[in-house]
Order: sequence, then C-alpha cells, then structure tokens
Amino acid sequence: MTSPKLLTAGLIAAVSASGAMAQVESLDPIKLTTHDWTGQIITTTLMGEVLEEAGYNIEYVQADYIAQFAGLKTGDLHVAMEIWETTGKEAMDEAIATGTVVSMGPTGMKAIEEWWYPAYMAERCPGLPDWQALNDCASEFATAETAPMGRYLGGPVTWGGFDEERVEALEMDFEVVHAGTDAALFAELEAAYQRQDPIVLWIYSPHWAPAKYDGAFVEFPPYSAECYADPSVGINPDAAYDCGKPRGDIFKVAWAGVADKWPGAAQAIEAFDISSDEMGAMVGEVDLDGKSVEQVVEEWMAANEAKWKSWIQ
Amino acid sequence: MSQQDHAAGTAPPDRAVQAWISGLLSGPRLFWIGLFVVTWALSTWSFALYKALDARWIIRFPSAYELGLEDWISSFVSWLSDDLSFGLFTFRDVTRFLSALIEWPYDIVRSLLIDGFAVGQGQQAVEILPPLSWLAIIAIVVAIARYAKDWTLAALAGGCFAYLAIFGQWESAMVTLASVLIAVPIGVAGGLALGILAYRSAAFEGAIRPVLDLMQTVPVFAYLVPILVLFGFGPVSALIATVIYAMPPMVRITTVALQSVPEEVIEAGRMVGCRRGQLMRKVLIPTAMPSLMVGVNQVIMLTLNMVIIASMIGAGGLGFDVLSALRRLDIGGGIEAGVAIVVMAIALDRLSQAFAEQRLRPRPDPSLPIYRRYPIATVTLAIVVATTLAGLSVSGFRAYPASMTITTGTIWASGIEWINVNLFDAIDAVKTFLLTWLLLPVRQFFNGIPWAWGVIVTGLAAGRVGGWTLGLMAAAMMLFIAASGLWAKAMTTIYLTSVSVFLASLIGIPLGIWAGQNARANKVIGAIIDTLQTLPSFVYLIPVVMLFRVGDFSALIAVVLYALAPAVRYAALGIRTIDPELIEAGKVTGCTPRQLLWRVKLPLAAPSLLLGLNQTIMLALSMLVITALVGTRDLGQEVYIALTKADVGQGIVAGLSVAFLAIIADRVVNALARSSRERLGLK
Repeated sequence: MTSPKLLTAGLIAAVSASGAMAQVESLDPIKLTTHDWTGQIITTTLMGEVLEEAGYNIEYVQADYIAQFAGLKTGDLHVAMEIWETTGKEAMDEAIATGTVVSMGPTGMKAIEEWWYPAYMAERCPGLPDWQALNDCASEFATAETAPMGRYLGGPVTWGGFDEERVEALEMDFEVVHAGTDAALFAELEAAYQRQDPIVLWIYSPHWAPAKYDGAFVEFPPYSAECYADPSVGINPDAAYDCGKPRGDIFKVAWAGVADKWPGAAQAIEAFDISSDEMGAMVGEVDLDGKSVEQVVEEWMAANEAKWKSWIQ
Repeated sequence: MSQQDHAAGTAPPDRAVQAWISGLLSGPRLFWIGLFVVTWALSTWSFALYKALDARWIIRFPSAYELGLEDWISSFVSWLSDDLSFGLFTFRDVTRFLSALIEWPYDIVRSLLIDGFAVGQGQQAVEILPPLSWLAIIAIVVAIARYAKDWTLAALAGGCFAYLAIFGQWESAMVTLASVLIAVPIGVAGGLALGILAYRSAAFEGAIRPVLDLMQTVPVFAYLVPILVLFGFGPVSALIATVIYAMPPMVRITTVALQSVPEEVIEAGRMVGCRRGQLMRKVLIPTAMPSLMVGVNQVIMLTLNMVIIASMIGAGGLGFDVLSALRRLDIGGGIEAGVAIVVMAIALDRLSQAFAEQRLRPRPDPSLPIYRRYPIATVTLAIVVATTLAGLSVSGFRAYPASMTITTGTIWASGIEWINVNLFDAIDAVKTFLLTWLLLPVRQFFNGIPWAWGVIVTGLAAGRVGGWTLGLMAAAMMLFIAASGLWAKAMTTIYLTSVSVFLASLIGIPLGIWAGQNARANKVIGAIIDTLQTLPSFVYLIPVVMLFRVGDFSALIAVVLYALAPAVRYAALGIRTIDPELIEAGKVTGCTPRQLLWRVKLPLAAPSLLLGLNQTIMLALSMLVITALVGTRDLGQEVYIALTKADVGQGIVAGLSVAFLAIIADRVVNALARSSRERLGLK
C-alpha cells in the first residue's frame, strides 16, 4: 500500500498507466478507515476491493471510531464504512452538520445492541427472555462485589446505552459494571461460558459472539423515541428509559469532497449494500475459523459477482 | 522542619522499639499520627457532616467554581489547527510539513525492510526493487552484533530475529522495526540537542525540567488526539507520540553525562585550542559516550513500550497484531505477537548495551585488499545482495515461507480454560479475601476524604517531608485536581496506586533482597521481570479478566505485575552496593544472618529501597491508564474516555491530573530518600 513517494517518477508512470486501466476520475488513493473490530474491517476491505476492481486506488488507514471524524472533516481521511446509529449517531450528526462530511446512506446491516444471556441460563432462570423473569432471578447473577444485587456487565462507558437509567426506571435489582473495552467484555463471556457460570451482559450484532455462543437477547419493552425522551411514556410513569435499546442502521459516511473528486467511487459507496446475516457469517469465518479477511472477502466476491458489479456500473 | 525529621530517624537500630514507643508520643511521630487520625475521622464522617450541616461543598467541589479549563484547551487546539495563520502559511501547514519530513525516511525504511520500492500508485505501481530478504536482514543483524561485541551476542541477536521469522511475525515485526529505526534516531538527536542546551544554560535547564516531568508523566492517551488533529492520521502521528514519550530520559542523561565530564578533560581540550563547538564534538561527547549510550538504550526500550499504544492510532505492526488477536480472544496469537515484541526488545537492548561498553577494536592492516580487511562485512554484503536478488524470482527468499512457520496454536487458550474451569473457586476465594480486607477498606478511606482536607493534608505531609515550597506546590496541584471536578476519580486513582504499590513492594522487595544475595536467583528473577516489563500488558490483561472478571481487582493484578520490576531491581541494587566492610563488621560483632539482614543490610539499603518505591509508584500510575481498558473508574478511565470521544480538553486536564499525582509522589519520595541518605552519611 505504501509505495515510497518517488514523486515525479510515480506521476509519469501513473499517467502512462492510466490509459490502460478503466476510466477513473483520479488516481489519488481513496483513504478508507479501518477500526479494531473484524466486521468493520471486512466491510471496508470489501468496499476497497470492489473499488479497486473499478480501477481506483485504495489506501486503508487505521483510525479510531470517533476520532476519525476529525480526519474526515479535513479530507485527511475519505470514507468510513460503519457508523452505527446506536453508538456513533451524535458524532456523525455533528460532523454532517458542519457540511464537510456527508452520509453515504445505510449499509443494509441492522445493529442490535441489548442485554444478552447464554442459553444455559434459561434453565436456571425460567421465563427468560422476558426482562421481568430476568429480574426475578437477579440474585442468580450476583457476585461478591454486587451481592445482593445481580451483576450486569455493560459495555465501555463511552458506548453510552443508558443502562444505569434503565435499571433505575424499571426498578431492576441489578448493578451495572462497565467493561473498559469490548475485548474485556468478551473475555468475561468466554470465561463464564467455559464454567457455565451465570452472566448477563451487553452484546451487539453483527458480531461473532452471538454466532459462537448459544444464547439470546433479553426482551425489554420495545424502544421508542418517546420512551427515551418523555418520562410519562412507558411502564414507569415517572422515568424515561423504561424500555429496551434502539435498534438501527449502520451508515457509511464520507468526506464531502469524495463526490467531486471520485464521482464514480462515491456512487459505488452509496450503492454498497449487504445484509446482517451475510456479514455475521463472514465475521464468523474470520474470527472463529481463522481465515484471513482477504480470503473471506474474495470468496464473497466470487459468489456474489453480479451484486458488486452492479455497484460500479 | 527537616531538622526534626532527622531527629526522628537517628534512633540507633538496637533501641528501635523503645525509641518507637517514646517517639510515638513526642513531636514528629505525633504529627504523622495526628494527621492520619484526623484524615481517617473526616473520611469516615464526611458524609454525615455534609448531611448534618447541609453543606454539600464538603464532599463535592462546588461546580460554580470549577476551572472549566477543558473547553479552553479544546478551543485553543482547534484554533491552532483551524485558524492560526502566519500569512503565507497556516500552523497546520507547518505541522503537516513536519509530518511529511518524517514520513519520507519512514517510507524508505519500510520499503527497504518489507514493502519493496515501486513507482506509481496503488494498482499502477511497478516494483523496481524488492525489499531486503529476511535472510539478508538476519545476516545484517548478526554482523552488527559481531561488530559490537562477539559471536555470542551475534548468535543471540540472530536467534531473536529468526524467532520472528519462524513464528510468522516477520512482516509485522519489520513494520515495527521500521518505526523503531525512525523514532529512535529522532528521539536520540532531539534528546541530545536539548540536553546540550540544558548543559550550556542553567536557565534553560530550569525551564525544561518541568516540561520533561510532564512528558514523562502525562499519559500518552491524553495527547494522542491533538497529535492526530495536527499531524494527520497514520504512522507519522504514532511516531511523534512515541518520540514525545521516549525522549525525556535522553535529555536528562545527556545533561548529567556532560556535567560529569571531569574538569581536567575540558581544560585539556581548551588548552589545545578547541572552540566551543569543537569542545563539544571532540571532547565532551566522546568522553560522555558510555553514559549517552545508556540514554540511547532507554529511548529504544521506551519506544518498544509504546508499540501497542502507537498501533491504536495507525502504526500497525506487532502492536496491532496483539490488539486484534486479543479482540478475537485468540490468546495464543496475542502471546506470540507479544513475545515477538519482547524478543525484539531483547535483541535491540543487548545490541545497544554492547555499543555502550567502549572497547578497542583492532585496526585492520591497510595493505590487505578491502574484502580481507573487512571479511564479515564482505560476507554480509554478499548474502544481502544474493538473497535479495533471489527474492525477485523465488518468493521464499523474499518473505519467510508461510508453510514453514510454527505456532503455539490453542495451547495457551486451553491452558487458561483449564485454570478457569478447575481453579476458579480457589482464585475467587483469594480475590474475595483481598477485596474484603484490603481493597474495599482502602477505597472507602480514600473516597471519603473531603476534598478541602485532602488538599490541606497533602500540603502538610509534603511540606513536612520536603520543605514549605514542596508543600505549597503539592497543595496547589491537588487543588487543581479538585477544581477540575476530578476529585473522586483522583481518589480512586490514589487508592488503586497505593494498594498496588503496597502489594508490589511486598512481593518485590523480598525477591530483590534474595536476588541481591544470590547470583543464580538474580539471573532467573532478572529474566522474569525483564519479560514482564517488555511484554505488552494487554497480552496478560485479557487472561486476567477471564480469571478475575472486569473490575478493580483485574486492574490491580496487571499493575502489580508491571510495577514489580523497580521494587525488585532497586532492592537488589541496594543490597549489592553495601560496603562489604560494613557487612564484615557486622559478622565480626557476631550477627546471625538474620540480624545481619535486618540490622545492617536493610537500613543501609533504605535509600535504594526508597528510589525503588518512587519508580514503582511511577510505573503503577502509568499502567493505570492502560487498565482503563478493563474498566476501572479512575483518572485513567477519564483520559481514555476523552480519547475515544476525541475530546482534547478533557484528555489533557485528566492527563495533567495524573501527572500532578505522579510529580507529588516523586518529589516526596525523593525528599525521603535524600534525608535517609544524609542520615546514613552516604552521598
């Protein structure tokens, strides 16, 4: 990816070579950001491979999920393939409001984030996945630090999620403990699963965890915007957040200049569309079966040629 | 004040108990006991006090008076990056020019080591020169090691690099090596330049010292975001962050090394007519070279310490492999990549140490043809050219063949699973015991301290130990923390630090004493703590979380493992450097080995033990920022949250708070060490 910048020589070679390639507007590399979770790397690699098929040059840049917006605004970075409505909405809306970042539409994947328990807990706690049943056996989930309250392992504080508020509003006998990273979150799940110990924690999908471990999401009263905003809506007339978490789209965003500089690429990015199930399967192949991201993407492209070719028409 | 302090300590060891009892009731002891009792009482009843007086300001700093420095810093940085202009060019142009300046050599080194040279962009690129073959790189490392010392070192360094190839870490390791090869020279050159300036001008030395303190104590996470904004996304920002972190020891060592060049040497230089610049280049620097190489060694080690954090902002390489392996819970993969960092650190550490020892090298006979004068260099060159050219056609020369790599596979994961399933109950019992009897009471004590009293008590204690200027400075720093609305988080930080420092000393000092008295123990213990210090903590954080769950306890274990090293090292050093005549004197007067240890060796090693304590505290504080990744709720978490939210101001204010705690601890412990040295009549 990083060829040295032997500038003039490169320019000449690029200009002479471009005649042979498919017509693209600019040979400058389009910078796609990659983060630290597999699904996002797959999505990005897939987009990158498709754009390369169309003749564009691609560069992958590692960047932090939220910190990347600083780069997208200035044009240091060009495309971010996964901004989850559930976790990145504020940052995305703020960036779009500046006019320097534009949304490239949904990816087609649906984000689910919710309390989740392994299947073996269903026997010890009859009535699951209903949240009231979960609350009735809260003591099953207690540990030395939280007893007599049950222990709910939430995501990193930065994910938000209003779990403390939810526990309060639904009068649940749980204490929220935050993992610092999602690696820590899944490490605990793995350990508890090995011992068949009680655990209830924050899981999101698409991710390999719901594929690897047998279990289910807890069913809370369904989310509505009013439930979060208006205390009087929902079970508890005096508190907001007395419902489950929102589910939402996963968006693509880009630096506003992309559409001017690489109009064809911008179209392809907007057309990109893949389902949660397809993505879940690919994530599993990488994280559980140990295949490389490139290999999995290649296989998907071989099997879905008509689909991705339509993006770069 | 310090006079009384001496009085407290001069009680001869044989009457220690009597002195302790009578001292308890007299001046100095009474001061400390009184301070503790008042603090404890206020901590226990602060909440009741607030309720009784209806004065919430007792437990919370009134928000109306908070500094609000965060917003100010954030807007300052965005002004720097967006608006500041010098007419022809903007501030951002300057920073971007700097990053281009660093990126250029970095790209060349990277191309040389792994990517190969090409012209053109992306798919149109045409390779004109392949990267150095892995065999060539190993040959070069072996030749350098042979030149630096001997064939033993050459075998060690070659073996380390062969490990990287055989365990399939070659490509990532070369990416990491490329950043080391760029960051270290910049760090060394920058450190040397600043160190020389500090040597020449006392005013500059005074001005730069607090800056160096901050560079070493403000957690890296705190300044990552501004660096990203100013220098762009990618490996260059990671390099710059690494240099900031790794440079300070070089500055300090340079200044000290130059200052300790004997006056006669400088005189001699003047007499032969050296001008200022010549004196520096021809006399001072060569004389100080062995000490300077220690600084270079430090820069290399700190650069490797930064590998993981740098990979979070785009440095790639081994650090990224560790992170992504552990995100998939591939514990074996994480350990292999982590050990690769250790192995590389060992190779570079031994190499730079070998260069630090000055040795005479025989001059080759000039009448011989050049290839016979430098036989090793010639053979190496031949290997480099042959294997690299062979890489053009045979891919096995170019990159180590994937089919020949080995891996520990699932051994580690299965091991952890076995422990988890079979030993969890025992582990849980130990954990619950420590939680109930140590962690929770200490946490309650610190968290209960009302901020106002906390500021006063820190000032009083620091003032008592190190004089009123130190006391005032400490109080001002604590007030800054309180006024930034971070009091509760700072107290959590202090609680975690003090418990981990206590445990690390409890384990580390006896180990160090043992290592100081027994050469074989020293070897084994030394190897273990070296590994613990260079192995990225993330590698063991995840297994620790699996066994101890998310929470303070997991963080504590990681911190203790990391901060153990200085406690061991300084204890061993303290024991080893005791004047043998004093030990002999002890033996002659009929001390048993036990009495010898307690009455002679330990009191004499006290200054060293205190320095070890100082370093243990520093490492514990720096590690707490990493343990935010498993979910502590302290200042480290605050810094980490700011990073993920890209909130510049919040990060810097929380980072400064961590730095202030570190600086207070450093000054207080140093003052203690100084007075204990004076008491013992040591220098």
